[in-house]
Amino acid sequence: MAWSDDQPIVSVKNIYKSFGDVQVLRGVSFDVMKGQVICIIGPSGSGKSTILRCINALIAIDEGSILVEGQEVHDPRLDKLALRKKVGMVFQQYNLFPHLTALENIMLAPVHVLKQPKDQVEARAHQLLAKVRLAGKENSYPGELSGGQQQRVAIARSLAMSPDVMLFDEVTAALDPETVKEVLVTIRELAEEGMTCLLVTHEMGFAREVADHIYFTDRGVIIEHGPPKDFFANARDERTKAFLSQIL
Amino acid sequence: MTIKTHARTPKKPKADAPKPPPRDVVLAGLPPLPQGARSGRWGDWGADDFVRGFFSRRSALVICAIVASGILCGEAYAQLSPRGQERPGIIETMLNWAPLILFGRPGEIGGFALNILVSFMVMAIGTVTGVLLGIAQVTKSALVRIPAWAITQFFRNSPWLVLLFFTILLMPFQIRAFGYTIPFPDWIKATIGLALPIMANISEVTRGAIQSIPTGQWESAESLAFSRAQTFRLIILPQCVKRMTPPWMNWYAILTMATSLVSIVGVSDAMTLTKLAVDADGRSELLIPMYGMLLMFFFIYCYPIARLTQVLERRYAVVT
Repeated sequence: MAWSDDQPIVSVKNIYKSFGDVQVLRGVSFDVMKGQVICIIGPSGSGKSTILRCINALIAIDEGSILVEGQEVHDPRLDKLALRKKVGMVFQQYNLFPHLTALENIMLAPVHVLKQPKDQVEARAHQLLAKVRLAGKENSYPGELSGGQQQRVAIARSLAMSPDVMLFDEVTAALDPETVKEVLVTIRELAEEGMTCLLVTHEMGFAREVADHIYFTDRGVIIEHGPPKDFFANARDERTKAFLSQIL
Repeated sequence: MTIKTHARTPKKPKADAPKPPPRDVVLAGLPPLPQGARSGRWGDWGADDFVRGFFSRRSALVICAIVASGILCGEAYAQLSPRGQERPGIIETMLNWAPLILFGRPGEIGGFALNILVSFMVMAIGTVTGVLLGIAQVTKSALVRIPAWAITQFFRNSPWLVLLFFTILLMPFQIRAFGYTIPFPDWIKATIGLALPIMANISEVTRGAIQSIPTGQWESAESLAFSRAQTFRLIILPQCVKRMTPPWMNWYAILTMATSLVSIVGVSDAMTLTKLAVDADGRSELLIPMYGMLLMFFFIYCYPIARLTQVLERRYAVVT
């Protein structure tokens, strides 16, 4: 595995995926360099979430190639667990473990998956909670936290695995407009620290502000892409224009 | 003819009136849960809940009513029956026999105590094997899943009494191994016989609980690089415990009542001893009071469990 920083950290080449008769992805390709923030936008059902799920092998692709740090994901011999240690993921529905406190949620994977010593993990979990501005909520259960707080715990839980890439799947879609902001601030701080991020989002303002590159997908293909300034100012394709005019 | 119309004036709820606790919680004598206490791991119920459920107002009332009416019926029955020679009264006779029916003959375990012992052992065996079987029902490997499903369905849909006869007839009365002779008394065989349907039902309860956990839990565990076994042990099963507790207790209450079946295969449980006592006295007017007393023993033990199950069911009804 001769992979170095100057090569793409995630390289998606011509991937295809169908669920039954429905073709969800029809030849999607893009590259992500280390430290880049990529936003994928597009109407519902255009395959955005599926792209993310393919990258950490939650879904197997039918054709094509996905390289994560030079490692082929579309390979039956792939060590999925090793891949997922490098790729963190945050979901729309938070999916925190309801029987554990915020602190225990963050500690569970590093202790049991990475087999790190408990006291070290606990110290780091406290740091991460402070980082997502939730110091003092260590012993709260997910049911006692608001949606925005739960989502930030979920981000901290993912960060505890020290991933190289973070995938965010519509993480603000289930939140009310006021709490959206607190989650976006957290993500922006991560981006500013140089974390490689792939976001599926409907927050156009946020995408414009944070993204290095924006991809617009529709019906399983990338229609148009470019740096945010270009993308929002000079959309060429009709579908992109139609979508942007509805959203903005 | 006049037609009454029920013109209802809609009641406007006061905006800041505190919501009364559910009727069930009040009746069971339990204080309503404080806000936010619901999501704790074990914090929202414990041994004290069980005690409170046991001595709740309603269950005390029902038990007293049944005891009193049982005794009254017995005495009334005795008054109506012919009087010849001096005989001890109904209540006196019942009290004389009660220790035997409750604890069996001196020096051996029997009577109602044996029913309880059998119910504990059946539940222990049934729970351990049932949970394993339930997990086997949701494994990916069809080689494990299909036999587990078949075993579960078979024992879940067999009459308990027939299963009891099978184990009594199939199993040897002792096993010789490594120079030791391990006796297999009838009540142990009966225990195993009853454990089979309990195992199958707990298997279904376990399968249902596992499948009721949202798929998002699996997904997020997967994305955190947990193996399937780790996900099960650390994330899925702990969440199942709460969901399984009410149906599990329900099955325990059903099982305790079913332990009286073992009398048919010759085990000296409370049922067998009641029959012996009635036969020994040879008085037909004792039949109803004595079996009534036996019913009461079971009721006093099972009813509070059923009540507590209902309260817990309601409490766990909305889980995130």
